[in-house]
Amino acid sequence: MADAIRLNLISGRTIQQGVAMEGGKEKPAYTEACGIIEIDPADFKKLGAYRNTNVLVTSEHGSVVVKAIEATQGPHPGLAYIPMGPWANAVVDPNTYGMGMPTFKGTPIQVSIATNEPVLSSVALVQKLVKE
Amino acid sequence: MAEYLIKNGFVFDPVTGVKGDKKDVAIRDGKIVDSVSSSAKVYDAAGKTVMAGAVEVHAHVAGPKVNEGRNYRPEDKLFGTRVRDSKDTRMTGGFSIPTTFKTGYSYAKMGYTVVMEAAMPPLYARHVHEEMRDTPIIDQGAFPVFGNNWFVLEYLKNNEVENTAAYIAWLLRASKGYAVKVVNPGGTEAWAWGLNCLSVNDPVPYFDITPAQIVKGLIEANEYLGLPHSIHIHANNLGNPGNFQTTLDTFKLAEGYKTNNKFGREQTMHHTHVQFHSYGGDNWGNFESKADAIMDYVNANPNLTIDTGNVTLDETTTMTADGPFEHHLTELNHLKWANVDVELETAAGIVPYVYSPDIKVCAIQWAIGLELALLAKDPMRCFITTDHPNAGPFTRYPRIMKWLMSKESRDERLNTFKHADKVISSTLLAGLDREITFYELAQMTRAGPAKALGLAGTYGGLAPGMDADVVVYDINPEGPFTGEDIERAFTDASLVFKTGTLVVENGRVINNGNKRTLWVDAKVNENAQVMRDVEEKFLKYYSVSLKNYEVQGHHYIPNPYAIEVDATSEV
Amino acid sequence: MAKTVTDVICPFCGTLCDDLEVQVSDDGTKILEVYNACAIGAEKFLHSQAKDRITRPRMQQEDGSYKEVSYDEAVEYTAQMLAKAKKPLMYGWSSTSCEAQSVGHEIAEAVGGVVDNTATVCHGSSLIAIQDVGIPSCTLGEVKNRADLVVFWGCNPSHAHPRHLSRYSIFPRGFFTGKGHKGRKMIVVDPRNTDTMKMADVGLQLEQGRDYELLSALRVAFRGEDLPDVVAGIPKERIYEAAEMMKNARFGVIFFGMGVTQSLGKNHNIDIAIMVTKDLNEFTKFSIIAMRGHYNVTGSGAVLGWQFGFPFATDLSRGFARYNPGETTSNDLLRRDECDAVFVLGSDPGAHFPISSVRKIAHLPSVAVDPHITPTTEISKLHVPVAFVGIEVGGCCYRMDNVPIESRKVVEPPEGMMTDTDFLARVRDRVVELKAQAPVGTQSTAEAQGA
Repeated sequence: MADAIRLNLISGRTIQQGVAMEGGKEKPAYTEACGIIEIDPADFKKLGAYRNTNVLVTSEHGSVVVKAIEATQGPHPGLAYIPMGPWANAVVDPNTYGMGMPTFKGTPIQVSIATNEPVLSSVALVQKLVKE
Repeated sequence: MAEYLIKNGFVFDPVTGVKGDKKDVAIRDGKIVDSVSSSAKVYDAAGKTVMAGAVEVHAHVAGPKVNEGRNYRPEDKLFGTRVRDSKDTRMTGGFSIPTTFKTGYSYAKMGYTVVMEAAMPPLYARHVHEEMRDTPIIDQGAFPVFGNNWFVLEYLKNNEVENTAAYIAWLLRASKGYAVKVVNPGGTEAWAWGLNCLSVNDPVPYFDITPAQIVKGLIEANEYLGLPHSIHIHANNLGNPGNFQTTLDTFKLAEGYKTNNKFGREQTMHHTHVQFHSYGGDNWGNFESKADAIMDYVNANPNLTIDTGNVTLDETTTMTADGPFEHHLTELNHLKWANVDVELETAAGIVPYVYSPDIKVCAIQWAIGLELALLAKDPMRCFITTDHPNAGPFTRYPRIMKWLMSKESRDERLNTFKHADKVISSTLLAGLDREITFYELAQMTRAGPAKALGLAGTYGGLAPGMDADVVVYDINPEGPFTGEDIERAFTDASLVFKTGTLVVENGRVINNGNKRTLWVDAKVNENAQVMRDVEEKFLKYYSVSLKNYEVQGHHYIPNPYAIEVDATSEV
Repeated sequence: MAKTVTDVICPFCGTLCDDLEVQVSDDGTKILEVYNACAIGAEKFLHSQAKDRITRPRMQQEDGSYKEVSYDEAVEYTAQMLAKAKKPLMYGWSSTSCEAQSVGHEIAEAVGGVVDNTATVCHGSSLIAIQDVGIPSCTLGEVKNRADLVVFWGCNPSHAHPRHLSRYSIFPRGFFTGKGHKGRKMIVVDPRNTDTMKMADVGLQLEQGRDYELLSALRVAFRGEDLPDVVAGIPKERIYEAAEMMKNARFGVIFFGMGVTQSLGKNHNIDIAIMVTKDLNEFTKFSIIAMRGHYNVTGSGAVLGWQFGFPFATDLSRGFARYNPGETTSNDLLRRDECDAVFVLGSDPGAHFPISSVRKIAHLPSVAVDPHITPTTEISKLHVPVAFVGIEVGGCCYRMDNVPIESRKVVEPPEGMMTDTDFLARVRDRVVELKAQAPVGTQSTAEAQGA
């Protein structure tokens, strides 16, 4: 197995995230829209993975399995993007540094190949993580 | 049948001409009556002062800029934040920009029962009405702003008074507004490009019209409609040394017009917060009072009413639809600046301000506000305001009353300014011995503003048939009393009845009253051109659709009090 | 047969489009088609019609499954939970009407709760910055009628506010902007080459998290002072070029979003963006507008403002309103175990809070009021489904520029479903009853002090 690569994670809205969210967060379309990580082609190369491979994303604050896809709004080598949602929030930096806002953007992460790990649905993921 | 009798108080009522006689005031079912039955509940007001509920002619108490002021100044909540008075009232907070609940309660405690919101951006009318709905007890109306409105600028460029009037009638209905407010005519539209109009003859960029044309045209349209209130103007060039000349130029625009209304209103122009418009000199060094020149004109011209805009020497939050002025102010004091330009209609700015007694200009402003009232020959045409919160919070009215009613109190303040000598030499105040009487106070705070607003039949007096807004203050007008006694008595009334309901007892709010929203429903002949223009502007230039513009419904105006005006004519 | 409802407000994002047309079945129960909306807005209207929609409250069972309960039971559980709690967090309020917010505030006042809205994870940074340095701004119609230069900083309206560009900011022809987008210059600043940046005249793809440096560099450039060769990954020539464009605009506007509010620096990033705008008013006319997310998060801040004086994170637990972001904000309260019950309405913290905060909600007494199934409803003790505001019930909403618009009801909610205002009003009445019965010594200390 190839080594994990280090990236800087940000999250945010996408139109697919918005549509899928309004269509029902319990539905598979929401997982398809948000249970992903957008990675630059250069970083795919470093990772040694094919497009559309499941990967394990780990930060100091947690870990989550998502599907790695090629950056749709790049290039942005070194930067990774998980659409706003529970998958991103499994790993983002929750520190507010005394002003209320968690640090949703700019979380150092490690990404490694996890071909055989499933991407959980939003509800299953959150229900699992809150028990940990 | 609810009956009350307030016995043996010293009554001051300009409407019935009672000047401190010991009289009884009778209330039945929300109205003042000649007499009540023996089952009436009796309140003894012996040794106390009795007046009608006071009428606020100009204050910024509800709407987008007031709320931006609240939200962007958490520091304003450091003082004056309180748990609720009783289980029936709400928690309150804020000093210069109090929460809506505090606004209602504070006015009521001082004996104010009617309060006019002085500037409503029509696009934000829902916001103004939502806040007024949440302001308990007091009856309120709001003045939509017209002086920089594109419809008005375009019609008046061509002298189309009838179309202007039809548009005013339409907008009053759409925004549920009460009167025609004019703020820095033309100057605020110029501000959309970062410019201003500092005199009545400065052309407005693109629209090719002058402030003078706007003001004259709006007077004509206002009288064409016969609205209860006159145009209510804040002239160009506010706050600048030497601006008294612009103010006089603005006053003169009203010359030659006759009033036309069925409400007993006599003026054709109300000029607001004149203190900010009565400055001499040409820089902050030789800044001085021109209150005498201003009041000479006002005293000689009965077609004019004014309010004072008294500086209270507090830390406050300035806010006005005079967008360029607020930018000017932030450049002077470097405090945080908020601004909103509103499409097709207006703008607004907000800047905190500290009126320090240690700053010469602030002390001169303080003196000018008092001079205006003390030089007024007709107290029925000069009303006390602080242009809340611009010159200070309305909760300081009792302190202004102290300064006006007690020469000793105001001299004590004047003589202890850091720059007292310079202040005295730049103002007239030291030479004014007049002390406003209780009767004159009732004129300046009750009967006068009610009449100017076209509400003389309902508010501001104690004649049978009028609304039973009655206040008892714990002060014996026959004396002896000090200035401090005045301030204390007028801060927390002993009793306040609002439309016949006891809402304040011994300075505590005991009832949320039955608040009404005043608006003017003006009927005009069908005007196809104006309706076509309205549709076109909404289609092309507004960011909301015409069908989503009008304020309607119980959520915004649960208890409307519509005043009807018929300006239709035979065709 | 079908009828068409026009001028419908879209209850999705802060753009608050008000020109939707919705085709409804003749009996007023079904939405057939939605016109003029973006893909997200249309989906919101259509999904409200889903056959598998939950229409009755559900209570979590021991095994984690959910069982249907009546609205009466839901009211009782909610009221009991709130009345017993010492410091309940009452979070959300952004996907509902101002009417509902107002009733919620009455409850919060009665129980001593903390009211916080989604600004806490969205534009709370901006609200704090405005408290520091003010904000020169304008309505969206002013942008349409006057703007010849539009800057999007850390926001991606092509995805998050899909009709913003066509209704207000780039494409429309306004009074002084008859050439539409041909008369407007567009600058986009973002760490990604976003779909919005791809449309820009000038795209500045800065290093993530270096917004403060780049904004600061612009202020230097406005003054004609020297810059290092590269700032935040952007060569100085391009910074000078952007600065000149901004100074030479006739009417400019900066729109900004989560890229600046959620990156390190947070409120300080907005501070300096506002100071950039203020600087530009020395040269020309410039405004700055926050791209607010939920369709009525702005309304929540407005109602909180006039009722209590603060735009979010308002703690009423002492009997008077307190505000201290970092202490009274939802994520800080949750992370520090400072609240003992959680009531959520009109938001989904389960999906949008960091998991460490969500974990706390799952372990507290909790109620989620939401028309949808969400990660929040699936970890709360009680889920109360309600009618969709803006679709099945009207109500006042505030656009991102604070303009209030009344949303419309276009169809009936499913038989027997409550609106959030009705549900809140019943909880309020029950809470007031419970508080009146409470034995002496259990009311909040503040009320005792007030007596």
